[in-house]
Amino acid sequence: MSAETDAETRKTRNAWLLSTPALVLLLFAASGPLLIVLTYSFLAPGEYGNVVWDFDLRGWISILYTKDIFDGTYHLADAHLSIFWRSVKLSLMTTAVTFAIGFPTAWFIATRPPAQRAFWLFLITIPFWTNLLIRTVAINEVIRNEGLLNTFLIWLGVIAEPIRIIYTDTAVLIGMAYVYLPLMVLPLYAAIDRFDMRLLEAGYDLYASRGQVLRRVILPIVKPGIVAGSILVFVPSLGAYVTPRVLGGGKNMMIGNFIELQFGQGRNWPLGAALSMTLLCVVMVALLIYVRAANKGDNQNG
Amino acid sequence: MTTIPTAVEAKSIVKAFGQGAVAIKALDNVSIEIKQGEFFTLLGPSGCGKTTLLRLIAGFDTPTSGKILLNGDDITHLPPNKRPVNTVFQSYALFPHLTVAENIGFGLQMQGRPKAEVTESVARMLALVQLEPMANRKTSQLSGGQQQRVALARALAPTPKVLLLDEPLSALDLKLRKEMQIELKRLQQETGITFVFVTHDQEEALTMSDRIAVMSAGHVQQIGTPRDIYTRPANRFVASFIGETNFLSGQSDGTSVTLANGARLPMSAPQGRVNLTIRPEQLRVVPLGTEGAMPAHVASTVYFGTDTHLHLHLEGGIDIVARQQSPAQGGEAMKEGTPVGVLFAEGALLALED
Repeated sequence: MSAETDAETRKTRNAWLLSTPALVLLLFAASGPLLIVLTYSFLAPGEYGNVVWDFDLRGWISILYTKDIFDGTYHLADAHLSIFWRSVKLSLMTTAVTFAIGFPTAWFIATRPPAQRAFWLFLITIPFWTNLLIRTVAINEVIRNEGLLNTFLIWLGVIAEPIRIIYTDTAVLIGMAYVYLPLMVLPLYAAIDRFDMRLLEAGYDLYASRGQVLRRVILPIVKPGIVAGSILVFVPSLGAYVTPRVLGGGKNMMIGNFIELQFGQGRNWPLGAALSMTLLCVVMVALLIYVRAANKGDNQNG
Repeated sequence: MTTIPTAVEAKSIVKAFGQGAVAIKALDNVSIEIKQGEFFTLLGPSGCGKTTLLRLIAGFDTPTSGKILLNGDDITHLPPNKRPVNTVFQSYALFPHLTVAENIGFGLQMQGRPKAEVTESVARMLALVQLEPMANRKTSQLSGGQQQRVALARALAPTPKVLLLDEPLSALDLKLRKEMQIELKRLQQETGITFVFVTHDQEEALTMSDRIAVMSAGHVQQIGTPRDIYTRPANRFVASFIGETNFLSGQSDGTSVTLANGARLPMSAPQGRVNLTIRPEQLRVVPLGTEGAMPAHVASTVYFGTDTHLHLHLEGGIDIVARQQSPAQGGEAMKEGTPVGVLFAEGALLALED
């Protein structure tokens, strides 16, 4: 009995000892920087960047309000709000576009013979092997005024003047949809691969039209995959930095660029830190929704 | 005798998979008529085309040529969701995201029936398959037999004209399978719906069906009542597939046949060489020297519980199997090598087409 208890204790102790390096790394490498950012958000900005060690809430206040430089009153910061709105809007649109393209793609791959699927999945993951900046610049090359797309359309005679896409929200949307598409396709593929295709026949047999089979049978069953894909696209889209920088120009900023601005030219580290924490909170909420949806999916399957 | 109207009619159905020279004919000129309210079984080994025929009736596939009629209407090219025909799938194919009650109500909902009617029908179906306490469970929480009942209730709820059952009992263990056989028969009689049942299990087919179509290699070999098919098999395939049987060959002179051991048995058969069959239970093993008995000796015995199979060697190199009731307690099984006599029951020897 006591020998057994000893063995049990030793096992537990060994487990903790073995995981110590990982725990230490997690504590300092993951939580440490976060704590620094959190601390900075409550300090005063220094004149040439950095922070002054005085407790100050201006970093948090200026997320939503700007101080009038003449009379010192606070107003809602329209510029900040439009950046938030653009970020959320573009991220949602990116999620929708990647889903619209990704779902048929994932369905196509999942319904290929097993031997061919690896090839198609490989094609989907190829962009991952290339640097993000290079991929984004490549998109720039396609959509700029003298780029492939416009040149081709003019050559076809469809348009006379180049369509201006570059440095608009549309350009950012195209870029982000391209960059994040694999993150939507892969979880959707995993979900559709597990889907029992015989349920389609059961649906048709029970008087459901094709549309009804899609809405009442396929989508509810692959929902965990849809939620996972949406989160995987939405979260990095919200914090995107490179794509809006290269394709959106300086004016069409998203939160990521705005944060960078505060730590750079803006020399307002507390505001940047507060913005970072806000972004983190939004992401946490999105993840919470995901976890709940995923749990619900698990219950449904057993 | 009143004529019962036809529910399903398959007219010269050909179904080929693949193209051109490599095309495989899963069904080759198959014609079947199924009467309304009938329990009709498609029986055959795997790959005989029985499931293909069922899928054509359900509408999941279209025939290469030929027609499918339902109550006289041509439904050959109607999609499955437009056919008043429902299927119980071999894998059940229950919707994992829906409860038992939602599964059963699915077809009615898709038909756009009013909510009250759906609720009422679902309750009636739950009672019919005795699953009321499970109404709000997920299907994955049910046992195999219960899932089977849900699949049945789901297919019966929209009161189809014809219910198709694709080997629905093959995943159940023996005891449950016997229970479900009785249950299926009861449901068929209570609902009066035409059942088309696919199976490779000849015993299942014999006990449940009104009529059986025995299929092999894309052809219908014989259609008839279970008794017809067992006692008067049309050919060698049917005779061997349904039950156990002995095959013999003999020489016929029109009124009698002569077997390899020289025995002459009166029976009418076309002149020349004939293939003959006799069921093991139609053989009587008697003491050697009994009048009219052919001499034989016991090669081996196999004990089956109620029955014992005696493998017998006859003169002229004939090997046949006789089935006997096992001897009562204390009785002695016949030893190998025991000399015995064999009698054929009158009229039990049949001549077969090739």
